[in-house]
Amino acid sequence: MRPLASQPDNSRKEPFIRITKRADISRRNAALIRSAAVVLALFTGALLIITLGHNPFYVYADMLKGALGTKTVFKETVKTAVPLLSAAIAVALAFRMRFWNIGAEGQILAGAMGAAYFALFQYKSMPHWLLLIVMCIAAIVAGGIWGLIPAFFKAKWDTNETLFTLMLNYIALGIEQYLQNGPWKNPRSGFPKISMFTAEAKLPKLFGVHIGWVLAILLAAAAYIYLTHSKQGFETAVVGESTNTARYAGMNVSKIIIRTMFISGAIAGITGFMQVSGSDFTLTENTAGGVGFTAITVAWLSKLNPIIMIFVSFALAILEKGANRIQTTFKIPASAAEVLTGVILFFMLGCEFFINYRLVFKGRKERSNG
Amino acid sequence: MDKLINLLYAAVLAGTPLLFGTLGEILTEKSGNLNLGVEGMMFMGGVAGLAGAFYYEKFVTAPSGALAVLIAVICAFFSGAFGALIYSFLTVTMRANQNVTGLALTIFGAGFGNFFGEVMANTTASGYAGVGNKIKDAFLGISIPGLSSIPFFGKLLFNYNILVYLGVIIAAAMAYLLNKTRAGLNLRAVGENPATADAAGINVTLFKYIATCVGGGICGIGGMYVVMVTCSGIWVHNCINGMGWIAVALVIFATWNPSRALLGSLVFGGLSILRLYLPLGIPMQIYGTLPYAATVVVLVATSIRQSREHRIPQSCGYNYFREER
Repeated sequence: MRPLASQPDNSRKEPFIRITKRADISRRNAALIRSAAVVLALFTGALLIITLGHNPFYVYADMLKGALGTKTVFKETVKTAVPLLSAAIAVALAFRMRFWNIGAEGQILAGAMGAAYFALFQYKSMPHWLLLIVMCIAAIVAGGIWGLIPAFFKAKWDTNETLFTLMLNYIALGIEQYLQNGPWKNPRSGFPKISMFTAEAKLPKLFGVHIGWVLAILLAAAAYIYLTHSKQGFETAVVGESTNTARYAGMNVSKIIIRTMFISGAIAGITGFMQVSGSDFTLTENTAGGVGFTAITVAWLSKLNPIIMIFVSFALAILEKGANRIQTTFKIPASAAEVLTGVILFFMLGCEFFINYRLVFKGRKERSNG
Repeated sequence: MDKLINLLYAAVLAGTPLLFGTLGEILTEKSGNLNLGVEGMMFMGGVAGLAGAFYYEKFVTAPSGALAVLIAVICAFFSGAFGALIYSFLTVTMRANQNVTGLALTIFGAGFGNFFGEVMANTTASGYAGVGNKIKDAFLGISIPGLSSIPFFGKLLFNYNILVYLGVIIAAAMAYLLNKTRAGLNLRAVGENPATADAAGINVTLFKYIATCVGGGICGIGGMYVVMVTCSGIWVHNCINGMGWIAVALVIFATWNPSRALLGSLVFGGLSILRLYLPLGIPMQIYGTLPYAATVVVLVATSIRQSREHRIPQSCGYNYFREER
């Protein structure tokens, strides 16, 4: 006899695994799940190392040694982390608005070009401190404008910002290459190179690393306050959640998009300034060098929280420096850093599922919350 | 006239990797998945295609060119599809954000390509991973007796490498599949409105997985083309160099229509090599940004002129959860 409709046979109809949404998850559990994801990613990396015929423990240990082992390499690692951090802050501002700015690379270059102009051609006309300030402002304006262009079209016609910002990367690179081969080329050099900056255009050092690291940490603190405790930061988040909500609340969505992207581009521009003035002392086509893309990873892994970015950018800098090291000791290509970054990202993206949802197995009583 | 023929011929060769990338992404987006990882999948396909041909040559005493091409195509397809499988698993099953997952796939794929390209290079005495002349020649233009020697048309139509024709066949097959078959109709329904498709009994998850993976495989073949044809069978660091991203933009230019992808990739292929044929007096480096600048123009123009018929599949970019309707 079939069971009556009012008394369904639960044990038969219930699927083996059911997915329910978690209402809330404790901070500790979320952190636990994320840590597990990182460990699993490193484990996957270890499998890759084994297939190449190396011992993963030695390789990982060597990576750490190459990034943190001595004072010199530690300074280099900090130097790598600085642009990652400031560029991550830049993209996080845009990401908070669900504006997929993947053009930090171009905005960094634009900023670097702005700063380099003054460093190369105006260094005689002002004192050291003023020159640095002017360079920084030039970088802010140039980077900001480079970020503003796609924002304007997004605000006006909803033009796809992902592709727009990306294309501007290649255009910025083309302009840089033109300057390097043409008007800004060092006339005394046989190669298409831009001359080194003079001492006036170099950032001072603090504890052996250029002052940019202080600037980056200050930027992180400022961005944290801006995003969580300011009206503008709140507006950015509302636009990100729903432009309609923002509009009904009386916000000027276009203005917010354009403003946020100017700030985002400006911070990326500052990153470019720090690179040319603190790290490379010249402008090359590798001034941005993929920082704009790695910064996306940093921002996302930090859940767009600028304070957490300080640690994540440092961790990714360890990965990058460590990968350079294992290239020389184990002959493992340095691109291993990118592969591992990608794998970590995959696992972090995947683990969000277990933070947002809960699997309920057949026959289990549903608990109130996980 | 000869100059024009040469330009068109070169434009087809330069546009073919874009064609594969565009077609793959059209199929992907038709299922509602906005996979921004085309660049990454092209890297993965590129290195796998090269690896297939490279090891085939290494382990066989008398390698055949045609078989090498076939092996390269298959390896590239499955490698690209593998990248797309990671993407589908994360976005369809694990419900991760599509934009970020695509970016992660780009980072991963670029690393994957350069990593294994260099690993292969380390195993050779010369220090770079490349195939021999015999296999290299198999990726050069074919010649059909009689047809290829017709003046003008012979060169324009019957003188390309085999992958160019494969691209055109895939485009035609996709146009037929999407517009004339039941499966294509179902796929479009999934991309437009997955909830409705689900209610109509279409297996949304299955369609998304298959379309995304096959699309990724097609992108992978495009990457293989770059390595085997454009770079003549040698792994060049960062060889894809933004081509995957242009392909993503071309999807918009082609308005999600496989036949128009043919035209779009021809135009963009032409733009990327135009500076070699038509010096306009602008500096080389600025000239080189032309395809990117043109992409921007296309993006802006299509966003201003939004027509109802030629638009992005409605659910594209958003994951579908049956429980959250």
